Order: sequence, then structure tokens, then C-alpha cells
Amino acid sequence: MKLVVMHLTGNYAVAWAVKLSRVKVVSAYPITPQTTIVEKISEFIESGMMDAKIVRVESEHSALATVFGAASSGVRAFTATSSHGLMYMYEMVWWSAGARVPIVMAIVTRTIGAPWNIWSDHSDFMSQRDTGWLMIFAEHNQEVLDSVIQLFRITEDPRVYLPGMIALDAFILSHTTEPVDVPDQSLVDSFLPSRRQPYTFKSGDPITMGNLPSNPRDNMKMRWDVHESLVAAKKVIMEVDREWGELTGRSYGGLIECYRCSDAKYFIIGVGAWVGDMREAVDMLRSEGYEVGLIKLRFVRPFPAEELAEVVRGGKGAIVFDRSVSAGSAGPLYLDTVAHLGALNVGVPVKNVIAGIAGVDVTYNDIAGVVRSFIEEIESKGVVSNYVEWYFG
Amino acid sequence: MSEISHILPLSKPKEGISKTGTWRLKKPVIDHSKCVKCLMCWLHCPESTIDVVESSEKFVEVNYEFCKGCGVCANVCPVKAISMVPEG
Repeated sequence: MKLVVMHLTGNYAVAWAVKLSRVKVVSAYPITPQTTIVEKISEFIESGMMDAKIVRVESEHSALATVFGAASSGVRAFTATSSHGLMYMYEMVWWSAGARVPIVMAIVTRTIGAPWNIWSDHSDFMSQRDTGWLMIFAEHNQEVLDSVIQLFRITEDPRVYLPGMIALDAFILSHTTEPVDVPDQSLVDSFLPSRRQPYTFKSGDPITMGNLPSNPRDNMKMRWDVHESLVAAKKVIMEVDREWGELTGRSYGGLIECYRCSDAKYFIIGVGAWVGDMREAVDMLRSEGYEVGLIKLRFVRPFPAEELAEVVRGGKGAIVFDRSVSAGSAGPLYLDTVAHLGALNVGVPVKNVIAGIAGVDVTYNDIAGVVRSFIEEIESKGVVSNYVEWYFG
Repeated sequence: MSEISHILPLSKPKEGISKTGTWRLKKPVIDHSKCVKCLMCWLHCPESTIDVVESSEKFVEVNYEFCKGCGVCANVCPVKAISMVPEG
């Protein structure tokens, strides 16, 4: 296989993946730090490198409504947003999941106001976790490109038929240049079949989508089907990631990726760009003799509960890093983790560290320090005293 | 293709049960001699109550059982062939 390495920001990696996936309609509404994704796509279209229509809309609500309409009529469609833009889209996020229309959207994760803030945290993305979308987080720009292409394949699989969103951290990935292998068009064509979706709007054959169901039980069954299809998507995710690995030499473990876990007793759990710092922290702690490993959750929805439990079972503790908080409770990743580990009888203490909110910088030294104290406390006292800790650095 | 079939929120449109024509205060009346067959009324009617009939006397007609009398058709007609006449 021939590698074509380009130097791409995370946002440009998204744009290249959208181009390679032969997307036909893109809606664009500017919001920092997402803007350069749709700008780059617009350049591709203008220069004749990409055969697609770009629709400039008047709001993010319309941005997703436009993509939803285009996708309903039978083409691949894409948009991107961040923070307040995603908040403004929220109604359409639910609507497109309920309508079972495969769509891919990129979320460049950014703090939500007040006060105004453009730096990365995961509040915007994590606030979408009940909607019924597939939700994938990227660690680096190569994974951004690969995951966008994979997501088109997964969302359009007949076992799934749901929209999907991919998150990449503001600036840390979106505006940072990394070497990225950009696969051949023919390789992507062989990986992505032609568009599949559960129904298509055609002018000669009118159908209504979303009318009031005469029986609410039918409505409940539709919501159940969204949930079941997300759970069923786990198998599809594993297959797709394996196949991508065979084609490109790159796979990401499907739902979760483990780093130095095989003999670990303590596990760091996280998502997003700072997983890279967590790898450094693991190496540092390992060199000090701590038996620690890292579990990167690639998918937040479907939540990889059994996969996580299988790794953590038999360990001595786990520490979940959240870059957002469900205010008044705890970090959302932590809440999912403890609920499922508890129900699956994985009896280990689990601690939550809430850090990096509002773009506060968190280094591998910070992570190693928090993990070190956590391990020391369990080793000496056997319990976690402060199970939801806010770490300000 | 897979055997999977999902539960989808789809329906086939059919004629409504409630006759919304009784809501009407003004009724659109088409002067067919002025009609230029542009289909603007057909396209704009929010209730799809304008049918294309293409007979020798008329090109389109209004289904008064469902027309609510909103007046959009009269408004968009480029040759002012539709007038809104008060009911009863």
C-alpha cells in the first residue's frame, strides 16, 4: 500500500475525509473553531476537486435541517459545528435520529457559555448523548480522517441506519497540523458502498415522515428501535474497523483501545485528544513501577459497557477523566462507567476527575500526579475518599 | 441487503378526515379565462387543495371541501386570476 502523507490540521482532515466519501450536499454556517472545515470543502468544490453543492444557511438549526433534507432525498450529506451552534441545532439532532436518516456531522468540541470561551472542553458533545446518534471521539488527526470515513459506512449499514457525530478537540486537533495519510480515492470507493438508507423521498411517490402516531406505543417502539440499533451497531463498528485495518494498516480497536492494559491493576479511562497525554502519563507511571494501563473509549454511544467491564474486571481501581460535567451529579463518562461496571458486577473503586473544563490546560504531569494519588490512597486505605474531584491544575 | 427492518415513522398521505373547508371566511374563485397555467397557486397552496385537471374549461380547480381560504393562491397568482369572495 502506498502512503500519501499530507500535513493536515484536524479540520482539514475532516474536509479530506468528506471529499473522499463523495458527499453531495454540505451545509455551512460559521462558528469557531469549526469554520475551516466547511471553508476547505468550499475550496474543494470551487476548484472542481469535489462534485457537491454547498448551501450557506442562516443558522445552525437550518444547517442540520438542510443536511437532513438532502440526506432524506438519497445523497450523502455533511455539516459541522461547535458549542453554541450545536446547542441551536439540538431539536434537529433529535429529529434526524428519530427519522433514521444516516448523516455524518463533525463537532469541534468547544466550551459552552456563559461566559464566552472558544477553547476545548467536551460539554457540547457530551450533552448530545441521549439523542440516538452514534458518537465517536478522535485522539489525533489521522484518526479523525479514518473515523469520518468509517462513520459514513457505519451509519449507512442497514443494521444501524442512524446519524453519527465525530468529535475532535478545538485547536488541540482542529488547528494543529499533523502528518496524515490520505488514502486513495479508489481505496475509499472500495470501502464505502453506494448510499443506503431506510427510505428516500421521491417526488413521484409521496410519503410523510414524522406524522403523529395514532398509538403512542408505536412511538415508544420507534425509540426502542433507535436504542436497539445503537446496541447492534457495536458489531458493525468492530467489523468496519477491522476491514479498514486490512485496507490501510490502521485500526483503532473498534469500540475501545487498550494501552499497556494486559498486566495492569489500575486503569485510566478517557476520550479525545488528551488520551495522547494519558499515554505519556502511563509510560511515566510504569517507569516508576505503578501497574497502570489506559482504556481509550473511542465510542461514547453506543457505550462500550461489556468491553470496558472485561478489561477492568479483576483490577484494583479505575479513574475516569471527564472534560465536562453533568452539573449537580458527576462527569458523564464516569456516570456511564460506574452504572455499567456496577451492574456487570465489576467491584472495583472508580474515581472521577473533572478537569480541563473551559480549555484549562492539562499536561501528562498533571494526569500522572492525580493517578499517583489515587493509587496511593487505594493502596493505603482501600477506598476513594473524594470520588468526584475537580482538578484545577 | 440485510433482512433488518426498522420501525419507521412513515405514512402514506391520504385525504384528510376533517373537512377544513368549513373554516373558510373567504373563498378563492378562479377566472379561468385569465389563467396562464403557471401552477404557482398549485405550488404554493399550503394544504394541497388545488388540483390540476387540464380540461377544456379549466386548467386547475380548488377543492372547497378542504380549502381554508387563506388566500395565498390569490396572492401569488401573477395575472390576478384568483379573487377572494366572502362566504355566504
